[in-house]
Amino acid sequence: MILPLTLAQVSFRDIIEPVSLEIEAGPSTIILGANGAGKSVLMRLMHGLLAPSSGTLSWSRSGRHAMVFQRPVMLRRSALANVVYALKLAHVKEAEKHASEALEEVGLAHVAHRSARVLSGGEQQRLALARAWALHPEVLFLDEPTASLDPTATREIEIIIRAFDAAGTKIVMATHNLGQAKRLGDEVIYLHQGRVVERAPVDRFFSQPKTAEAAAFIKGELPWALS
Amino acid sequence: MQDFPYVLAEARLWQIVVLSLEVSLSAVALAALVGLPLGAAIAVGRFPGRQALIVVLNALMGLPPVVVGLFVYLMLSRAGPLGALGVLFTPEAMVIAQTILILPIIAALSRQAVEDAWREYEEQLRSLGAHGSRAALTVLWDIRFSLVTAVLAGLGRASAEVGAVMIVGGNIDGVTRVMTTAIALETSKGDLPLALGLGLVLMVIVLALNAAAHLVKEAAQRRYG
Repeated sequence: MILPLTLAQVSFRDIIEPVSLEIEAGPSTIILGANGAGKSVLMRLMHGLLAPSSGTLSWSRSGRHAMVFQRPVMLRRSALANVVYALKLAHVKEAEKHASEALEEVGLAHVAHRSARVLSGGEQQRLALARAWALHPEVLFLDEPTASLDPTATREIEIIIRAFDAAGTKIVMATHNLGQAKRLGDEVIYLHQGRVVERAPVDRFFSQPKTAEAAAFIKGELPWALS
Repeated sequence: MQDFPYVLAEARLWQIVVLSLEVSLSAVALAALVGLPLGAAIAVGRFPGRQALIVVLNALMGLPPVVVGLFVYLMLSRAGPLGALGVLFTPEAMVIAQTILILPIIAALSRQAVEDAWREYEEQLRSLGAHGSRAALTVLWDIRFSLVTAVLAGLGRASAEVGAVMIVGGNIDGVTRVMTTAIALETSKGDLPLALGLGLVLMVIVLALNAAAHLVKEAAQRRYG
């Protein structure tokens, strides 16, 4: 197991103030916060796309973690070929077979040979999940994966994320959607202006927020929580 | 001397047309083979002097054909470093000169196209573990239909220039005479119908190639998105 991931006084420019925390195996972690709070940057630091300005980030050992972005970037080739591409980069044997299985998993087997770029937004995001899932990552980072999707597509994505969680993949997801945080999260890391101000199990975070910032955010976001 | 549209039936005219196409299309193929990966490498790579290289490359897009012709002439002339090859005043020399002329155009335009695309692809490709040349080639292949424009710009330049092929080819009748050099010669000799006929053929060919490339690009964009 590559977890826990330990952040020691990690900062990034003036976007993330020095933060120390540990991401453990098990509960799915929601990184919650308003736009501009630093959620995406924190995820990119964890995934290794950004190098911290100071501090250190360490996994307990090397292993695979994957990331799904708010807007997936698909290559101009078939849906299946997009997954195969990722598998070949990761030196996975029998890439075609595993890619087909991953498409099956997210309900996209019927469009396997269509060009990925002409799929709908929801289908492209499911394809992005299949592409990440095919790699069998131990940790899956999701950066607001449903932020630009309609409710139906959002529900489909959430079902898939829950299935990955049930299969033992550690989920670390950024969102500003409280309803989604409640539906998918076990614990919440709340970010406010680049600082981690609160970390709590999801029930307690919503019923008894300890900080004024978190309480205000929950209150302000309430209309979205109902969606 | 025949009058203008009848000149189009002359065999010597079509011989010139075929040689022109052979020379320019060969140059485009060679320049694309080197220029596209070179452009992609500069777009994706991060190395000292990169900005300077981009400026130089962009400036070289405006290379005067006669200067390229002179340079290749000096290289290939009997006393030059490559004189032993003995290719001066042959179609091969013309291909070399045109390749040098249009390489910066194809490299600079593809560098810009790949760099724009790279902004969209970078995070995703790095997340998947594609780095360096692998990432560059992935982007290059993914925007292949947009790169048609870069290649066409090179073809346009090659088929339209007269200075370089005139100097290194020598405009020898039946050997190195191409459309542009023939037009220049026939005009100065006063054979305006042949010059006009060649000019017309040249423009129709360039138009046809561009139309074909455009159709391919459109069809591909509909299919691949």
